[in-house]
Amino acid sequence: MAELKYDKKSGRLLFTKQMKKEGYTILMPNMAPIHFRILKNVFVHYGYKADLLETTGPEIAQTGLKYVHNDTCYPALLVIGQFIHALQSGKYDVHKTALMITQTGGGCRASNYIFLLRKALKKAGFEFVPVVSLSFGMEKNPGFSLTIPLVRRFVGGVVYGDQLMLLSNQIKPYEVNKGETMALVNKWSDRISDMLIEGKGYTLEEIDENLHKLTKDFSKIEVNRVPKVKVGVVGEIYVKYSKMANNGLEDFLAEQDCEVCIPGLMGFAAFKVDNRIEDYKMFGGNRLKYKICKTLFDYIIKLETLMIESAKRFNFVPPHQYAHTKELVKGVIGYGSKMGEGWLLTAEMLELAETGYENIVCTQPFGCLPNHINGKGAIRKIKEVKPNANIVTIDYDPGAPKVNQENRIKLMLAVGRENLQKQLAEEKENKE
Amino acid sequence: MRLGLDIGSTTIKCVVLDDNNKLVYSTYERHFSQITEKIAEILDRVRNEIDGAENALVALSGSAGMGVAQDCGIQFVQEVFATRVAANTFIPGTDVVIELGGEDAKILFLTNGLEVRMNGTCAGGTGAFIDQMATLLNVPLEELDDLAKQYEKTYTIASRCGVFAKTDIQPLLNQGARKSDIAESIFNAVVSQTVAGLAQGREIEGKVVYLGGPLTFMSELRRCFDRTLNTEGICPENSLYYVACGAALCAEETIDFDEVIDKVKNYRGSGNFAFNPPLFENESEYREFTERHARADVQQKELKGYSGKAYIGMDAGSTTVKGVVLGEDGELLYSKYLPSKGNPVEIIKDFLGEIYELNPKINVVSSAVTGYGEDIIKNAFNVDYGIVETIAHFTAAKYFMPDVEFIIDIGGQDIKCFKIHNGAIDNIFLNEACSSGCGSFLQTFANALGYDIEEFSKLGLFAKRPVDLGSRCTVFMNSSVKQAQKDGATIEDISAGLSLSVVKNALYKVIRASSPDELGKKIVVQGGTFLNDAVLRAFELEMGTEVVRPNIAGLMGAYGAALYAMKKSKGSGKSGISNSEDLKNFVHEIKVTNCGLCSNNCRLTINSFGGGRKFIAGNRCERPVTKKAPSTGMNMYEYKLQLLDEYKPVEGVRGKLGIPMGLNMFELYPFWYRFFTELKFEVYHSPFSNRKLYQRGQQTIPSDTVCFPAKLMHGHVQTLIDDGAETIFYPCLSYNFDENLGDNHYNCPVVAYYPEVIKNNMKDIKKVKFIKEYFGIHRPKDFPGKAFERLSFYFPDLTLNEVRAAAKKAYEEQEIYRNKIQTKGDEIIAEAEKQGKKIFVLAGRPYHVDPEINHGIDKLIASFNVAIISEDVVSSKVERFRTHVLNQWTYHSRLYAAAKYVSSRKDMELVQLVSFGCGVDAITTDEVREILEANNKIYTQIKIDEITNLGAVKIRIRSLLAALEEL
Repeated sequence: MAELKYDKKSGRLLFTKQMKKEGYTILMPNMAPIHFRILKNVFVHYGYKADLLETTGPEIAQTGLKYVHNDTCYPALLVIGQFIHALQSGKYDVHKTALMITQTGGGCRASNYIFLLRKALKKAGFEFVPVVSLSFGMEKNPGFSLTIPLVRRFVGGVVYGDQLMLLSNQIKPYEVNKGETMALVNKWSDRISDMLIEGKGYTLEEIDENLHKLTKDFSKIEVNRVPKVKVGVVGEIYVKYSKMANNGLEDFLAEQDCEVCIPGLMGFAAFKVDNRIEDYKMFGGNRLKYKICKTLFDYIIKLETLMIESAKRFNFVPPHQYAHTKELVKGVIGYGSKMGEGWLLTAEMLELAETGYENIVCTQPFGCLPNHINGKGAIRKIKEVKPNANIVTIDYDPGAPKVNQENRIKLMLAVGRENLQKQLAEEKENKE
Repeated sequence: MRLGLDIGSTTIKCVVLDDNNKLVYSTYERHFSQITEKIAEILDRVRNEIDGAENALVALSGSAGMGVAQDCGIQFVQEVFATRVAANTFIPGTDVVIELGGEDAKILFLTNGLEVRMNGTCAGGTGAFIDQMATLLNVPLEELDDLAKQYEKTYTIASRCGVFAKTDIQPLLNQGARKSDIAESIFNAVVSQTVAGLAQGREIEGKVVYLGGPLTFMSELRRCFDRTLNTEGICPENSLYYVACGAALCAEETIDFDEVIDKVKNYRGSGNFAFNPPLFENESEYREFTERHARADVQQKELKGYSGKAYIGMDAGSTTVKGVVLGEDGELLYSKYLPSKGNPVEIIKDFLGEIYELNPKINVVSSAVTGYGEDIIKNAFNVDYGIVETIAHFTAAKYFMPDVEFIIDIGGQDIKCFKIHNGAIDNIFLNEACSSGCGSFLQTFANALGYDIEEFSKLGLFAKRPVDLGSRCTVFMNSSVKQAQKDGATIEDISAGLSLSVVKNALYKVIRASSPDELGKKIVVQGGTFLNDAVLRAFELEMGTEVVRPNIAGLMGAYGAALYAMKKSKGSGKSGISNSEDLKNFVHEIKVTNCGLCSNNCRLTINSFGGGRKFIAGNRCERPVTKKAPSTGMNMYEYKLQLLDEYKPVEGVRGKLGIPMGLNMFELYPFWYRFFTELKFEVYHSPFSNRKLYQRGQQTIPSDTVCFPAKLMHGHVQTLIDDGAETIFYPCLSYNFDENLGDNHYNCPVVAYYPEVIKNNMKDIKKVKFIKEYFGIHRPKDFPGKAFERLSFYFPDLTLNEVRAAAKKAYEEQEIYRNKIQTKGDEIIAEAEKQGKKIFVLAGRPYHVDPEINHGIDKLIASFNVAIISEDVVSSKVERFRTHVLNQWTYHSRLYAAAKYVSSRKDMELVQLVSFGCGVDAITTDEVREILEANNKIYTQIKIDEITNLGAVKIRIRSLLAALEEL
């Protein structure tokens, strides 16, 4: 066990170089399964021993409830519950383990997760376990640094994750040979993981090339395109992606014979960086910071373009173009609404309605503050702009029973099916 | 021929339609959660009774039938969808359908854009809710409707959730309000919940159809809807069967009856549900347990013939009334434990009568009463002492365990726990309004399943796999229970699971403990719910420690009250409590009236007991009792309101500009007032909030779980519009002023962006010029330029120079305002120091000054003769310091700083006001508590919502004051 060192100013426990050297295992929560399996390997490349927590089950939420204020949002309960549960499981040498959690620094409660985690660790008797913040300069640790090359590799991983998720969502419901799509997802995840471990596959050229190959591979899967109800999923970022949080929403929708579209993480990344640019424009501020953000933003948009192009090349519905998504929300919600998923949540619903995924599940933790504004608070206006939008909002928390949630989604789907039938009948009529 | 089934949460409905869609068969039955048996039975019956049913197309609908349908090969139709199909078929031209079911409420808009609204996870205002309320009033359901017909007045009852409503109704009952008025108020609450919660800004108009059990059976409920919606709705023939009919109409497949009945009968669900270890492994474990607990008993004696000194203690609790008579050595002479049935006065009268009958010569030296009904009982029977519950329970617990460290009391309606530190009550936990699923919950559940409570809880003792139901509110549990049943949990497993969840609720929701060590080793448990062995065992298992349960666990409040009376009287004198003669002449009359002595205009219930004794309830201050205005001057909350009122509109050439007085405007009004006044606008604000104002905007609230202060904004804006506003200014502010107390200076997301919600959800906003632009008041240098940019769009004639000058004045004005608050605050502190008064820092947000939000809590606290200041008066006296949370919101930084400052002063206490649904306060409350407790201060939190019940607040404040006295 390495010596415990504390930050002089804040008093928090640091992740030291010694810890990295001693091979501390860094535990990461698994928010989006496809993405995080890939992203883990970026850290492996840099010599960290990273482990993705794949545990599920009711005991995770129970552990969370025990150590976190019960009115805290559900993602915090789950993530912290999962960490403590892992530390208590006996699977890890707790004196050689560290935890990693993201911190965005916005005005939403999520910026406080890391502090709630530390409180919980103390309560559970693990105050010697260091917590690493994955953020832009909010908390620094001598044993872990977000260097530009690391960030580039990380962003690259996100791109691959987004593309794999997009393609599998568009193919899996229609595949002729069951299981073929997921097998390909796994194959490509492994391939990309290997590249990232070796430190490769992250330059613009490499990404472009890989996306092309990958998308081409998927385009070869044999499909039977029967009309299906198309459902978009938006919401608070953790609940939207995490199976554990949304009670297996994707699987449920698949069972209900739907095609699902979940907007990717890149849009969210662009949004978060863009916020700083908007802040500067809106309120004034440091010109240099603005420049840095602008550079990063432009880089993200370049990557986004690569994804869009490769998807188009093989006739897939491409991911949303950030600039267009942003344009859509004009007059609905201001660009200043940036906390949590901010205006992007509203924009994504508009975009989904525009691209044929007009049946929408808007997921949020019970009592999610930004969602009052951008989710539930914006739906009336969304329907005014896009009358075809068929939206259901679902709250998730440890006590919300799955059966009620599914019943509400089924109602949305019943309306969606009816609309689909009408649409098909119309098309048929037009043909005749 | 078509057959449709509708499996609801409490009932099952089945219809058969002929080929002309005519109803040829229908049945409506309660299923008592025996869903599969009932389906099989009904299918079998229909096939035998109706010719040709075997060839019918069959479909099933209803929330409780989803899993069964899927696994048994019956077509499933979502129930709202079914309703819609049926309505379109049977009542063409229907515009809106309102359907209330056992546990759900729905509104369907059929014309002009199909929309369907269902209640979310907060399930107030449904059939189950009405059931619960009827139980609370102790009347059968049908009678509730009849009662409502005779109403004279209505009370405001929180409609959001059953538990909330209970907290409102119980005090009304205890205060003697008429049942008929309450019945009507309950119906109004249901209507308001449905309309506000589901319509979300969409108008309910045109041809309205009422469906479902409650609306079919209760004509008064329909009338309440009619009145609110200003319409005359139709309750069609067969209104109970619309879902079933819809399912039938959607049916596409025939079924093989034999096969399906067989499958349904053998349906066991997934068999997977989360469960806990059994409460007891075997009989001998149970025996050992009961023997151990039998040892904690109290000595008993006969009341009849007893000739020593006697002491009477009473506990008028929320659902039960307890009374004891003690002898001079603390021996129990007589006791009574009865349900309050909504009228504690009658029960206490009988109790006293019985005592005098058994022992006409009894020498009562002293008496005391505690509990919700303390005030009314004390007045009605001239009881010597009234004490707060916590003190009563502590006194009693000490008798069993002199060095007790922790006391937990789970009663019918509430959970009370507190730690004992240095012989004084140190830390009080009361269940917040949302999670009070305690004893009465177990009872309601037992009844719903057709058991009485004792029988039901015994079932759980030896359950093999007690269901894990979590620790959430009762509504959630209802559905979880149903799910578990479907997954094969037995009634035993459920009973044990419910007992466990009561315990978990107490531990993790209310106390928020993580280990027994935290609560101490010496624990006394009490309250009626702990008489239940299953709950007691669950508690010991969960805590991993053995606890003491006195054999009079249910009587502890009354027992403690009697001991208190004994201590206070020092064994001499004569009690003034009504004697047998007084009881004979006892009368109890109730009159309801409005106070009218101030703008609150409280609805008062006046109880007269003859002999000039009177008890007034429903008042927020002492004025109707003392006829004197409450003293002012030492209350910062009042001062802040007065100060805001001083910013009078000044006529301006650019016209009028209205500002809604809510949320952050309670603090930023001076800034914007000066800014726009300088720019030659006539600036005015919406009136201070009241109930009516709230209701004006209620229909446009899109999110029913947002905090009450935000909801009020709709009323403010609507009022401005209704009063003819041309321009409304309500800006978005991501950031607040930086007061250098934290790492950042954000507003919370709701405060920051609520103008967006107003814009997107209030229909009438289009009638005015609504300015909700984003401003950066945190950057005084950039502010004028950016503000000019934004405002020129609306007012092209503005010049940058004008804006610059106005901004300068605005920042100055804000500083002046701050200084006034500071000066006044310091004056209050100095005056309190001079008079030796306690100073309470009532810490919250600027908008907690709003009397509609704080419900007069400031006045209530002031009535205990303490000075009141707000958090911002003392937060400025502290340098920035290290916190254990990310300190990034301006308002919240003040809380931490205030806690820090209070910690340094002996004469100050901090009481934190928390709005229900405030996500940020989930973080601040723990941190504020930590700061205070690290300095040996008591932390007191008061949760507030629409609720107007001040009973719980009183308990907290009185307990705090009592604890401070003991320190």
